[in-house]
Amino acid sequence: MAKGTIKMKTSLNGNVCNVKALIKHKMETGQRKDAKTGKVIPAHFIQELSCTHNGKSVLNANWGTAVSANPYLSFEFTGAKAGDKVVLSWTDNKGESDSHEVTVG
Amino acid sequence: MKRRVFLKGTLASSAVAVAVGAGILNPRQVLAAWPKSAFEAKSMQEALNGALGSELTEPSDAIQIKAPDIAENGAVVPVTVSTSLSNAESISILADGNPTPLAASFMLAANTAGSVSTRIKMGKTSNVVAVVKSGGKLYSARKEVKVTIGGCGG
Amino acid sequence: MKKVFTMAAAVVLLAGTPLASQATPEDDLKEFRSYFMKRFPGVPLNEFGNGVYAIDADARSSWEAIEEFPPYDDQLEKGKQLFSTPFANGKTYGSCFPNGGKGIRQNYPYFDAKSGEVKTLEQEVNECRVKNGEKPLPGKKGDIAAITAYMASTSNGKKLDIRIPNDPRAMEWYEKGKAQFYMKRGQLNMSCANCHKDNAGNRVRSEVLSPALGHPTHFPVHRLKWGELGTLHRRYGGCNQQVRAKAYKDQGPEYRALEYFHTYMSNGIEVNAPSTRK
Repeated sequence: MAKGTIKMKTSLNGNVCNVKALIKHKMETGQRKDAKTGKVIPAHFIQELSCTHNGKSVLNANWGTAVSANPYLSFEFTGAKAGDKVVLSWTDNKGESDSHEVTVG
Repeated sequence: MKRRVFLKGTLASSAVAVAVGAGILNPRQVLAAWPKSAFEAKSMQEALNGALGSELTEPSDAIQIKAPDIAENGAVVPVTVSTSLSNAESISILADGNPTPLAASFMLAANTAGSVSTRIKMGKTSNVVAVVKSGGKLYSARKEVKVTIGGCGG
Repeated sequence: MKKVFTMAAAVVLLAGTPLASQATPEDDLKEFRSYFMKRFPGVPLNEFGNGVYAIDADARSSWEAIEEFPPYDDQLEKGKQLFSTPFANGKTYGSCFPNGGKGIRQNYPYFDAKSGEVKTLEQEVNECRVKNGEKPLPGKKGDIAAITAYMASTSNGKKLDIRIPNDPRAMEWYEKGKAQFYMKRGQLNMSCANCHKDNAGNRVRSEVLSPALGHPTHFPVHRLKWGELGTLHRRYGGCNQQVRAKAYKDQGPEYRALEYFHTYMSNGIEVNAPSTRK
């Protein structure tokens, strides 16, 4: 299980919570060849993400290899207040995963 | 001790299971499996069918795509898709010139705004296509993004 | 007014022709600034620190989207951590620099009267390491870029303030740097000035050429192409190779001289480092 790959910032404007996240992940497409060995570098990319607000799902995402390396995500939802918990989690095609919690406001 | 929850098609070590095991996510919020055929589809039609169940979309002015006219670097193209369509259930982003057009699909909760930002890879000049599912129907918009080799050769 | 310095002219300059017959650095700076302000009317001087994004709205929009959560975030944090971690002997980087190493980037590079050399920030970071029993960091990327990115970030908002003292040795460094900037090189036979002065704002294929005014304010830079931070000398080397010229040695006298001239030409513009570029 990967650790510390997620950086997340939240900002509260009234009851609207804006989430910005930057995830450390190669998002390898499986189309590149290793310059030295000539072998194809296997695909390694985040497939699923889920974001919850106080345990309730606010966003789920399915990603493919066309999402950039060290991917960025931003979105917002209503009904938030200071002290709420936002959790972002991801799983990739190799079964690796990570999760990170941030307290709003 | 982590609880193992077997959800339809997802791995036990998936993000959802992790979240469930940590007591954060209710196991009744079942998710569909990662749509492999949609992401591996080579045509827009197959990608849309695989991800959203239909290839028929209605062009809509109520979807805005913010992306550069000319991408400085095709590997990192910032894209924001926003829609004023009410009850947007999902936003999908495709690049119709990519070998496999579907880049990402976002499923939104009722209290989530109809706007997502991310960065995608584009292999060549083509359209960024945004498809929004609202009220069971699919709406779309497109914007051309030019992708070229830099003038200095890099 | 196009200044073309051939190798012969550069040699003449270095041979020590009377200073009175040459433009002073202050004259050069005035000419440089007014050239760009005339070429790009309506762009305030400080905006030139944003490079091509000061003159290309589409690219600016894309850059601002990326800067919302910049890709160098991680490396910058690492740079801060590296800077703050003591060496094996217990001393820190701060002990080698004025003001503990913070808020000083705007003074680099500078002419060191004692050694007669122009010193860059990367160079002095490595000298600090060696002085304290550590191995120097390899020149153009990785940890050295992370550390100087952090140090530069502590100067954000401060105006570049490069000094050319009234010392013939400093003047020689300045003139060498100026010659480097205007000298044609490589199989493509182009000088820095050909692209970044004469053709600033024009396109070379799909790219808009950035003005040289403001260039050094935001280095080290995260180039999307590199996928990581890189120093100014890394870019100098890359640019030279792109016109099919052999790159000079990293932190060698040629690039230090060029950096001296290049940065002096951006005096008065605020440091805004690190930043993302293509």
